[in-house]
Amino acid sequence: MYVAVKGGERAIDNAHAWLAEERRGDPAVPELTIAQIRGQMTLAVNRVMAEGSLYDPDLAALAIKQARGDLIEAIFLIRAYRTTLPRLAGSNPVDTGAMTVDRRISATFKDLPGGQVLGSTFDYTHRLLDFALMAEGSEVPSGASAPATPGPMPHVTSFLNRDGLIETAPPSDTTPPDLTREPLELPADRSLRLQAITRGDEGFILSMAYSTQRGYGRTHAFVGELRIGTVAVEVDIPELGFAVEIGEVELTECETVNQFKGSRTEPPQFTRGYGLVFGQSERKSIAMSLVDRSLRWKELGEDFTGAPAQDEEFVLYHCDNIQATGFLEHIKLPHYVDFQAELELVRRLRAEAQAMQEAAE
Amino acid sequence: MTATISGDTLSGGFTEAPMQSARAFREILEVLARPGLIRTVTGAAPPAPLSIAAGVALLTLTDPTTPLHLAGAADCQPVRDWVAFHIGAPLVAAEEADFALGTWDALQPVARFRIGQPDYPDRSATLIVELDRLTNHGPALSGPGIALSTWLSLPETAAFRANRALFPLGYDCLFTCGDRLAGLPRSTRVENI
Amino acid sequence: MTDASPIARKDWMAVLAKAAPARLAALMPDLPPHTTLRNPETGAVMVRGRVSATGAPFNLGEMTVTRCSVRLEDGAVGHAWVQGRDKAHARRAAIVDALMQTGAAAAMRAHIIAPLAGEAAAARSQRAERAAATKVDFFTMVRGEDQ
Repeated sequence: MYVAVKGGERAIDNAHAWLAEERRGDPAVPELTIAQIRGQMTLAVNRVMAEGSLYDPDLAALAIKQARGDLIEAIFLIRAYRTTLPRLAGSNPVDTGAMTVDRRISATFKDLPGGQVLGSTFDYTHRLLDFALMAEGSEVPSGASAPATPGPMPHVTSFLNRDGLIETAPPSDTTPPDLTREPLELPADRSLRLQAITRGDEGFILSMAYSTQRGYGRTHAFVGELRIGTVAVEVDIPELGFAVEIGEVELTECETVNQFKGSRTEPPQFTRGYGLVFGQSERKSIAMSLVDRSLRWKELGEDFTGAPAQDEEFVLYHCDNIQATGFLEHIKLPHYVDFQAELELVRRLRAEAQAMQEAAE
Repeated sequence: MTATISGDTLSGGFTEAPMQSARAFREILEVLARPGLIRTVTGAAPPAPLSIAAGVALLTLTDPTTPLHLAGAADCQPVRDWVAFHIGAPLVAAEEADFALGTWDALQPVARFRIGQPDYPDRSATLIVELDRLTNHGPALSGPGIALSTWLSLPETAAFRANRALFPLGYDCLFTCGDRLAGLPRSTRVENI
Repeated sequence: MTDASPIARKDWMAVLAKAAPARLAALMPDLPPHTTLRNPETGAVMVRGRVSATGAPFNLGEMTVTRCSVRLEDGAVGHAWVQGRDKAHARRAAIVDALMQTGAAAAMRAHIIAPLAGEAAAARSQRAERAAATKVDFFTMVRGEDQ
C-alpha cells in the first residue's frame, strides 16, 4: 500500500543536483562524450540496445552516460524513451543468410563453405590485464587485411537439412505476437518466447542456459553456427507500394544443433535452438539458443523434468530485468502504513500469546 | 501490394500534428463527455466524400494499431490512400474494426460492430457517422454528462436504444457534418419525443 | 523513365537511408524550394527476425526511424524513411528522392547517389578484408603413424 508523503521536495532536488555532480566526477578529467561511449564502450551500448529493445547506438550511449554506467538503469531509460515513439511499421523479417559477416564460426564443422572467420574476438586472448591501455595517446591500432570473397554465406544448418538429419523451420508470414503491445499470456508460442528472451536480462538468460548444461533440463547443445554482422532492414512503405531498405542493424545469431533421441512424436534427428540479438552480443545469443531449445520440450514430445529452464512461466516472467528491478527496488520506497499495520499485528499476537501463557500457568 | 500513392491524397493531413491533434482530441473528449454538444474542429482536408470533421477524427483517434472499417462511399481509393499515407490504420471488415466510418445507411447493420467483452468493455468499436444535418433538434438525450435533457438530430432511435440496453457493452458514436461534430456514448438514453 | 522504375527508386532510397546525415548534408548543402506533405516524424520500426533464420517471424526489437514527404515546385513528390532520429536527414533524403524523378536525376545520381553508394561499398569491403584476414587456414598435423 502506498501513502502520499509530502515534504521531501527540497531533499529530492538536492539529491538530484548532487547526482549530476557525482556523474560528472572530477572536473579536471575531461567529460565523456557520447561518441566515445558509442565507439569505445560498444559492447555495453549493444547490451543496452538489446535489452532496451531499441536499436539506436547514440541513444544507448547517452543512456549509459546518464546512468553513470549502470546498464540496467540505462536499459530502463531506453525502455521509457521507446514508449514515446509512434510505431511507424513492422519490418520484413531480416535475412540473416544475406548478412555481411564480421565473424562466423562453427563448432560442428571444420571445413564449411565460407570458412571459419574469427572476427574481432576476445577468444584466444589470455585474459591478462593489458597495462599498455593505461597509457593514453598511444598509436592507433590497425588490423590486418586480406582479399575478401564477396557473397552470402550459407547457414551451416542448411547442409544438415539436405541430409534430412535436422528438423526444418518452414517459413510462414504470420504477424508475430508482440509482448510490448499485448500482455504476456501463457502458453506462449515460440515467436513470443524468442521476443521475451532476446530482450531479457543477459545474466538471467546466461544462468538459465548454464543450468541446462549442468543437467537441469539437459539438451546436448553444440554451436552449429555463430555469426555476427550487419543486415539490411526492409519495410513496406505504404505510400510507395513497395519495400525499401531503411537502414542496417548489427546482429549476433546463434544456431545450436542439439542431439535428440526421438520422442513419441518425432523421429531421431538433430533439433535446433535459436538466438538472435541486437549488436555484438555473443554470450547472450548462445545462451538464448540454449534456453529456446530447452523451452521446446512440449512441442518435441520430451519429458518435463521440473528444470527451471523448461518452465516457460518461470523463464518468461522472470527474464525481464526492468520488471524485476522495478518490483525489487520499490520495496525501498515508503511503506510506513503497511509496516505500522505489521507492527500492530505482531504486538497483538505477542500480547495474545503472553495472555495464553499466563492463563496456562 | 498497392501502387504508389500520388495526387491530392498526399495533402490534407495535420500540418502541426502535436498541437492540432491535442486540440481536436480535447473537442472529441468534450462532445463524448457532454452528449448533444456540437463543436467545431479544423485542420484536416480529407478527400471526398469525407467531411472535415470526419478527417480530423480519423487523424486524431486512429493510427497503425487501430483497425479501421470504411463503409459505403467512404471506401474509395482516394480515402484509402489518404488513410494509408497520413494514418496507416489497417483497413478491415466491420466485425474486426476499432473504428468505422460512413453514413448511417452505409454502416448498417450496426449490430455487426464490436461491443466489447464483459471483462474488457473497451474492446468495442467507435462509429464515425457522417450526417447531412447536425443540429440540436430531434430525439431527446439524457444520462451521464447531460444536466436535464438535450436533443440531437440522430438518424434514428431504435438502434441507439438497443445499444444502450447492452451497457456497459456497446459501441460509441461520433456524428460529423462539415466541420462540426457531436458524440453519443453508449451510456446515453435516447427517446423519441 | 527508367529512373522512376521501382527497382531503381528502391535502390537510391536505400542509399539515402543508410547515408551518414552529415555526409549527405555536405553533398547537398542547399535545399530547393519545396512544400512539406508530411513533416519529418521520428518513430520506431519493429525489426523482425525468423525463428531458426527461416521459420515464422518474431519481434526482435525496434529501431528508430524518421520519415518525411515533400513536393517540389514542379509537382514531383519525394518520400524518405531513414534510420535514426535526424529530421534534416529525412527531409534532405525526401528532396533527393523527388529530384531523382525530375530532369535533375542524372546530376543527382552523379553528385549524390553515386558518391554515397561508392563510400558505403568501400567501407563494407574494408571491413570484409579485415574479416577475411581472421579466416582460419586449417592444416592437418603430421602424425607419427603416417610416416
